[in-house]
Amino acid sequence: MHQLTIAEIIRGLREREFSSVEITRQLLTRIEQLDGDLNSFISVTAESALRQAESADQRLAAGDAPALCGVPIAHKDIFCTRGTRTSCGSKMLDNFVPPYDAHVVEQLQAAGIVSLGKTNMDEFAMGSSNETSYYGPVRNPWNPGHVPGGSSGGSAAAVAAQLVPGATATDTGGSIRQPAALTGTTGLKPTYGRVSRWGMIAFASSLDQGGPIARTAEDVAYLLSAMAGHDPRDSTSLNRPVPDFTATLGDDIRGLRIGVPKEYFSEGLNPDAAARVQDALKEYERLGAELVEISLPHTHLAVPAYYVIAPAEASANLSRFDGVRYGYRCENPADLRDLYMRSRGEGFGEEVKRRILVGAYALSAGYYDAYYNKAQQVRRLIKQDFVQAFGQVDVIMGPTAPNPAFRLNEKTDDPVAMYLEDIYTISANLAGLPAMSLPCGQVNGLPVGLQVIGNYLDEARMLNVAHQYQQATDWHRASAPFAQTAGEQ
Amino acid sequence: MEWEVVIGLEVHVQLATQSKLFSGASTQFGAAPNTQACAIDLAMPGTLPVPNEEAFRFAVMFGLAMNAEIGRRSVFERKNYFYPDLPKGYQTTQLAEPIVGPGEIEIHLEDGSSKKVRLHHAHLEEDAGKSLHEDFHGMSGIDLNRAGTPLIEIVSEPDLRSAAEAVAYLKKLHSIVTYLGISDGDMSQGSMRCDANVSVRLKGEQELGTRTEIKNVNSFRFVERAIKVEAERQIDLLEDGGTVIQETRLYDSDKNETRSMRSKEVANDYRYFPCPDLLPVELSADYIEKLRGELPELPDAKSARFASDYGLSAYDADQLTQERATADYFETVAKSSAEPKLAANWVMGELAALLNREELSIGQSPVTAGQLAGLIARIKDNTISSKIAKQVFEAMANGEGDADTVIEQRGLKQVSDTGAIEKMIDEVIANSAKQVENYRNADEAKRPKMMGYFVGQVMKASKGQANPQMINEILKAKLDALL
Repeated sequence: MHQLTIAEIIRGLREREFSSVEITRQLLTRIEQLDGDLNSFISVTAESALRQAESADQRLAAGDAPALCGVPIAHKDIFCTRGTRTSCGSKMLDNFVPPYDAHVVEQLQAAGIVSLGKTNMDEFAMGSSNETSYYGPVRNPWNPGHVPGGSSGGSAAAVAAQLVPGATATDTGGSIRQPAALTGTTGLKPTYGRVSRWGMIAFASSLDQGGPIARTAEDVAYLLSAMAGHDPRDSTSLNRPVPDFTATLGDDIRGLRIGVPKEYFSEGLNPDAAARVQDALKEYERLGAELVEISLPHTHLAVPAYYVIAPAEASANLSRFDGVRYGYRCENPADLRDLYMRSRGEGFGEEVKRRILVGAYALSAGYYDAYYNKAQQVRRLIKQDFVQAFGQVDVIMGPTAPNPAFRLNEKTDDPVAMYLEDIYTISANLAGLPAMSLPCGQVNGLPVGLQVIGNYLDEARMLNVAHQYQQATDWHRASAPFAQTAGEQ
Repeated sequence: MEWEVVIGLEVHVQLATQSKLFSGASTQFGAAPNTQACAIDLAMPGTLPVPNEEAFRFAVMFGLAMNAEIGRRSVFERKNYFYPDLPKGYQTTQLAEPIVGPGEIEIHLEDGSSKKVRLHHAHLEEDAGKSLHEDFHGMSGIDLNRAGTPLIEIVSEPDLRSAAEAVAYLKKLHSIVTYLGISDGDMSQGSMRCDANVSVRLKGEQELGTRTEIKNVNSFRFVERAIKVEAERQIDLLEDGGTVIQETRLYDSDKNETRSMRSKEVANDYRYFPCPDLLPVELSADYIEKLRGELPELPDAKSARFASDYGLSAYDADQLTQERATADYFETVAKSSAEPKLAANWVMGELAALLNREELSIGQSPVTAGQLAGLIARIKDNTISSKIAKQVFEAMANGEGDADTVIEQRGLKQVSDTGAIEKMIDEVIANSAKQVENYRNADEAKRPKMMGYFVGQVMKASKGQANPQMINEILKAKLDALL
């Protein structure tokens, strides 16, 4: 049953082929048996999952089941869950149990999902390999010596290992798309403001956006339809109608104009990965789409601008973790200064501290104009590049990440090499555009992701574009070796 | 050497909104610690701010009352610093694009002159919580009830030239915010707090001297005293050949002196940047014009109207309009008694004395405007004399009911019965042989003055209730008949 997609589970539950309790129990058993090696979960909430599954079965039997009734998924541990520890991958929040649910959690609950637990992540979503987590690294189900990407590495790995059919995730600079690419899953970062940030622990507020990871575009469409929506508690939430994203999955894509930015195929891109992406583009041509070479001339400035803006916002967002009201507090503080310094010094990991320092520096008197203001100017230029491009094309395609999954510890001593992992994903966050990744091939047994960037609020078209490719190809059906061997249990 | 004092004020006014600037928690003063702090006020992870529309409305009303430019677009920024009563580790405030831009108001001084004071800008921001350093044995308590309460910070240009001008300006602000109903203006509860920037320079000098900032002075009287002693301190320092250091100082009201705060703060870099959780707020011209149309009558306009409609002196009109509640009280009394001058005298006289003595605000007055009007009506129709009226007023203040009840129950009705008054006068004349003799022998010109004795005696005999005008008339006729 663990191979089933969300669409298949919905069908199976409605047709009484199995119950929500049955599939929930099976996945919980799988998690118990396999996740010790994978480490994709921080918390497993078996008891409440079974209770939710029972009530879902009752609703299914009574015939008043909402869209995703009884479908088991997991939440990235960045989303606050009432009564369940929400750590954000940090020692700082190891003891933090929120008294409220994130909007995303509420929305999915209302849609009837069953939550199996909270997935591992880079600490405060700061990382591209899931190695900065206080709870240890997550392993890639395609090769346990490799990373699953990050920061939503736990969600991506759990989906790829078929521990859950789908999971929530967040993306500030590529944290949904890059792990999706590295684990052969499909993930979508919506338009900024599509999904409420209420209850989603902030990394960089102007860039953060929640979204789903699953195994198919269709499943992503199911999850996104439930997650998206206006929320008055988030001032940046868009008050726009949310379509049923599954409704347009059959649309014809003949005549679709696909922009291919030349800057996305320059040096630094693994040539084998580039070949898989080119293959995917050829497949689209076969499906009737037209490829248009475009230029996004400020692409090379995206990473430097991002690494000013994101740390600047983070430096303020993380000030609330001071050991005073909740979270980690050092032992026996001598005075207030000692309380602050040791609580934060001991509670935060290296990468988080590095980014707080970078951000505070960029905002300092005398540097603000040179760094923060300049980065904001660059951000506007990058947005302009896209606005111009979408004058000519319907979607933009290219690689999601420059390389397939790298080895554990390969880049931990070289932050800049790690930051360059997000070179193709960061621009969409800076511009606030929706972007997704779907598997389009493999290099040495490791998946490669195709990135699709859409125009504002154009998620429905993007999902259909991805779905049409998945109707014509099998890359999304390839299952990770870890999932296969384990599947025999 | 003649010195000139230069003062600019930064005044924080707490807005009387129902809920906080960015959360739905109540802003009520005096609740048990931390009972009015929700997850947003506690800066719990994942919580987000949502701006309070009422706070914007109040800030715009204030700007309009100050004849100021209204920021059609205003932006919240984060001011970063660590303190236990600042839950987020930053204060959400405005810097580059505030809600209220430059403006100007007129202040009235005791010598009858007036002066224009320019407003630099006013911005919206959230208040911090409170640190409580007592009762916790080596630790501090934090009360976050106040955290997130909306404030406007009102920054003047350095246009004030004396402590008295500073107080007049502060009183004017107080009067405007309470007229608008956007703040209770209660300084004792911290609803209005003042920081004063003070410098001195030789008269005629163009350039400003080095300033010091006196933090958090919380009454009109202390503002006046703090500025005076700080200016004197600076002048003494300069006259002795010293220099003023730019620093923050605290006013100690017990010792009546200002003291340097450890100036670690000077090195603070607040790393302001636009708050990414809040979008810039854009106000339409229609919205602003609608609020302009809804503004209540403001103190200056009311004062002018009182002077012309009620025939009051400019000084009286000004006094009566400083507080909206006083003005409303006066106007009710004036209208229902149709005796505006008497009403003004009573409100500024007996009523003000009573409230002052009992330490009550006009809203808490034990004598209502209706009751005072009733009293004035009885003076006007000669039921009681002005003197008796004071007694009646005291009785009303003690809760003995309205004027008619008090007059009835205490039997204070003025005696206007000719026969009764004649009888009392006859007795007084009969018992005052010597004074009558003196009267008869006195010069014609001195006699009116000598009448006073007889009037007093008759009054005494009537326990103050005899109609004084009738006493005068009858007495004069009877004494003159003896000549």
